[in-house]
Amino acid sequence: MAASTKSSTDEFIKGLWKENPVFVQVLGMCPALAVSNSARNALAMGLATAFVLVMSNMVVSSLRRFIPKEVRIATYILVIATFVTLVDYVIQAISLDLYKALGAFISLIVVNCLILGRAEAFASKNTVVRSTLDGLGMGIGFAFALFSIGAVREIFGSGSLFGMQLFHDRFQDWVVMILPSGGFFTLAAWLLLFNWVKQRKLRGEDAGALALSEEAAR
Amino acid sequence: MSHAIEAARPAQTSAWQMYRAMVGVGVVCGLLIVGVFQATLPIIERNKAEALRSAIFHVLPHATTSTTFRLDESGGFSAVEGDSAKGQLVYAGYDDEHALVGLAVEAQGMGYQDVIRLIYGYSFADEAIIGIQVLDSKETPGLGDKIENDTDFLANFERLDVALGEDSMALANAIVPVRHGEKTHPWEVDGITGATISSKAIAKILDGSAQYWVPRIQRNLEALQGGE
Repeated sequence: MAASTKSSTDEFIKGLWKENPVFVQVLGMCPALAVSNSARNALAMGLATAFVLVMSNMVVSSLRRFIPKEVRIATYILVIATFVTLVDYVIQAISLDLYKALGAFISLIVVNCLILGRAEAFASKNTVVRSTLDGLGMGIGFAFALFSIGAVREIFGSGSLFGMQLFHDRFQDWVVMILPSGGFFTLAAWLLLFNWVKQRKLRGEDAGALALSEEAAR
Repeated sequence: MSHAIEAARPAQTSAWQMYRAMVGVGVVCGLLIVGVFQATLPIIERNKAEALRSAIFHVLPHATTSTTFRLDESGGFSAVEGDSAKGQLVYAGYDDEHALVGLAVEAQGMGYQDVIRLIYGYSFADEAIIGIQVLDSKETPGLGDKIENDTDFLANFERLDVALGEDSMALANAIVPVRHGEKTHPWEVDGITGATISSKAIAKILDGSAQYWVPRIQRNLEALQGGE
C-alpha cells in the first residue's frame, strides 16, 4: 500500500521537474514559443493545456478497456478535441481580450503532442488515479514552463510582469524579447539552466559514488 | 504453414465494437459540447456586445453616446433598439450636445489565414475614415497580426480619404494599398513589411465597405442626425 502511494506521488512529481514536458522532453514547442510573449498569455495557455491534459487522461484511462486498439487514436483525438472546444467557449466567456490574445493557439491544443503522447503512452495503460496524477503533474509542469518563459520575456521585453511596471521609466525595453526570436532566446536560456543543473547533479552523484568506492577499497 | 500464420495473428476486433466505441464517445462528446455552448452563449454574446460598444467609442473618439441604425430595403435608415438587432447595421456616434460626430461601420473580408472582422469610424466633417479596430482575426502571430497594433500602419487610418466623387455614387478615389514608405495620397494605405497580404486585405475590406456605405450614409444624413 505504501509503495503504491509513493509511486502515485512520483507520477505527479515527475512532470514538474525531472520529466518537465518543455524543459526536458521538449514537447509542445509551438505554443511554448508563440504565446509566451507575456506572463498572462503564457499562464492562460498553460492552464488551458493542463485542463485538457488532465481531463483527456482521465477519460482515456476510464475507457481504456472499451476502446478497441484499431480506433484508439481517432477516439483520443475526439476526446481531446471535445475538451479543447469546451476550453475555447469558457475562455471566450471569461475574457474576449484573452481569447483574442491566445488566438488560433487555443484550437491548436488539439494537436499538442504532449496531450496525445500522454494519452497513448500512459493513460491507455494505467488506472484513472495514476493517469489523473500524471496529467496533473505534466500539466502543471507545462504551465510552469510557459509561465517561466513568458515572465522572462515580459520582464525584459516590456519591463512589466502581469502588466505591472517593474522598472523606472528610463528602462529601455528589449523589444526583441517579445518578438518570436525572443522566445527562442529565452527557451535556450532555460534549457541551458536545466541541463547545467542536471549535469551538476550527475557529477555530484558520480563523485559521491567514487568516494564511497575508495573508502571501501581502504 | 497457413494454420501457423493464422494462429500468430491477433484476434480481430469486430466492426461493431469499433463502431460502438466511436459512436458512443462521439455522442457523449457532442452532448458535452452542446451543453457548454448553451451555458456560455449568453455570457459570450454579452462580452461581444460590450466589446463592440467599446470599439465604437474607440473609432469615434469624440462620441459619448451611440445609436444603432439599420439600412432598410428602401435604402433609408431606421433606429433599432437592443444588442440583438440583425441586418445591415451602422452605429451613429453623438457628442455631449447630441450632434452627430460620425458613424462606426463593421466590415469583414478574407485575410491571410481567415476572415478579418473590423470596425471603422467615418467622419462627415473630414469625409474620411478616422480610426479602425480589428474585432476578430486569426492572422499569423508576430507577422499578420501587426495589423492590430503596428502604430505606423494604424496611422493610415487617422484620416484616410473616402470623399465621394462628383456623382455621389462612389468614392472619388478607391482605397488602395501601397508598399511601405510609398504612400503619397491620402486614400492610400501604407503596407506593413512582413504582413503584406494582411495589410492589403485591410485596404480591400475598407474599400469594399466604404464604396457601399459612404454614398448611402451621405444620402441619409438627415435621418442619422435626428437619431438622438
